[in-house]
Amino acid sequence: MITARYHREIPQRYRLEAAKCSSCGHVSFPPRLVCPQCKARKFEAVNLSDEGTIVTFTVVRVASDKFSKETPFGVGIVELNDGVRVTAQIADVHPDELKVGQKVKLVFRRVQEDGKAGILCYGYKAVLA
Amino acid sequence: MRDVVVIGAGMTKFGELWEKSIKDIFVEAALKAIDDAGVDHIDSMYVGAMSSGLFVGQEHLGAVMADYLGVTPIPATRVESACASGGASFRQAYLEVASGASEIVLAGGVEKMTDGADVTEALATAADQEYEVYQGITFPGLYAMIARAHMERYGTTREQLAAVAVKNHRNGAKNPNAQFRSEVTAEQVMKSTMVADPLRLLDCSPVSDGAAAVIVASMEVAKKLKKNPIRVIASSQASDTIALHSRRDITTLDSVVRAAQKAYKLADKKPSDINLVEVHDCFTIAEITATEDLGFFEKGTGGEAAEKGWTSIECKRIPVNTSGGLKSKGHPVGATGVAQIIELYEQLNGKAGARQVEGARIGMAQNMGGSGASCVIHILEAI
Ligand SMILES: [Zn+2]
Repeated sequence: MITARYHREIPQRYRLEAAKCSSCGHVSFPPRLVCPQCKARKFEAVNLSDEGTIVTFTVVRVASDKFSKETPFGVGIVELNDGVRVTAQIADVHPDELKVGQKVKLVFRRVQEDGKAGILCYGYKAVLA
Repeated sequence: MRDVVVIGAGMTKFGELWEKSIKDIFVEAALKAIDDAGVDHIDSMYVGAMSSGLFVGQEHLGAVMADYLGVTPIPATRVESACASGGASFRQAYLEVASGASEIVLAGGVEKMTDGADVTEALATAADQEYEVYQGITFPGLYAMIARAHMERYGTTREQLAAVAVKNHRNGAKNPNAQFRSEVTAEQVMKSTMVADPLRLLDCSPVSDGAAAVIVASMEVAKKLKKNPIRVIASSQASDTIALHSRRDITTLDSVVRAAQKAYKLADKKPSDINLVEVHDCFTIAEITATEDLGFFEKGTGGEAAEKGWTSIECKRIPVNTSGGLKSKGHPVGATGVAQIIELYEQLNGKAGARQVEGARIGMAQNMGGSGASCVIHILEAI
């Protein structure tokens, strides 16, 4: 991943920074320029809750080359307590133990390595709460 | 807008075509379509392709293909809507003729996926790179999450997913252009390698090379050619959030629902009027959600319908993917949407051989991009 591209996503990946619509209160993650709910264009920055529930999940057993050394790994859609949904790897658990409805917490982890000489890319992963 | 018809079709066999280049296969399909239509020229052309840049390192496919087809200087444009690129290409050709801007337009699609690229990574570019793919999710993984949610909510079973693959392989075995011309059993599907739980290898469409093309023309041109034209009675398209996690409902593809509502309205038809449908079964679960979201079965009962055989050619309730679908016919991404139109063209002309749906007069094609962020639907009717 090109450094600039990684760098500009840091507020979202490191701090779960989202945008709350000043008009209707809808929270967008990542932040957007137009509210998908009411089309307003003014927002205030908010941080998402780091706790939530697994809505659905899979266990990736065939990955792209970048992730092939890490298979099998769990990935799920997590609904955070403030209602926002994110896709996240589910770490520190045997994939066979995953279930829909499990409570999870988002933690800061290394997510990928950008090739041999590339940068280490960090972000959130989910762990069972 | 004026009446638009399909007057010719051509495609390559789908599969691993190592001895042929992306140019070879596109030109082969385009020439077959031009010869089939019996036209001496085309006014313009569209080339649907999802990711020729990543698959073979070649962009600018409109010009590349116009050059190698020997039709320069006509306008030639590449169209991209991920896996719905072929359907979008056909829609552009339809709109160009319907508007009166052109009389004869070639709508093509192509993908060359076996030239050595990281196919999983290339396909994943149809999802949100920053907020889905960054976490290591793959396309089988995204559809696996749809499947899991569908199973949890509606009680859809592993056996029902397998029934889709079994039926599509049975149909594909009768299609000379299909990549897999072999039948599979439910047991084979359920014992195949796990790719992304709960989806296994035989739940997934294959990696394929292939090209497809049709000739779209005005009714006036068709009358002069004395061909068997098939009328396009609806063309619709809808979009949705790029990320699966942002959807209103993970088990319903709203882009399919919206595009279908529009298509039925344009054609003045309802689901029970449709004699056969080609749906975008990139994974078995996608056929189940599509048959629900297109209105053929009540939400949550698509799995049961597949298991009871209501989607088979023999049953005639609503034959789904008579061509073998993406599952068995193959899924050269950009070609798929055009190949779906070709199946309708053959069926509605009564030329589908062993796959023929007796008396078929109205057919639908549903082509989808990403995890459902794009959907293109067409309805065709025999004249
Ligand atoms: Zn708003």
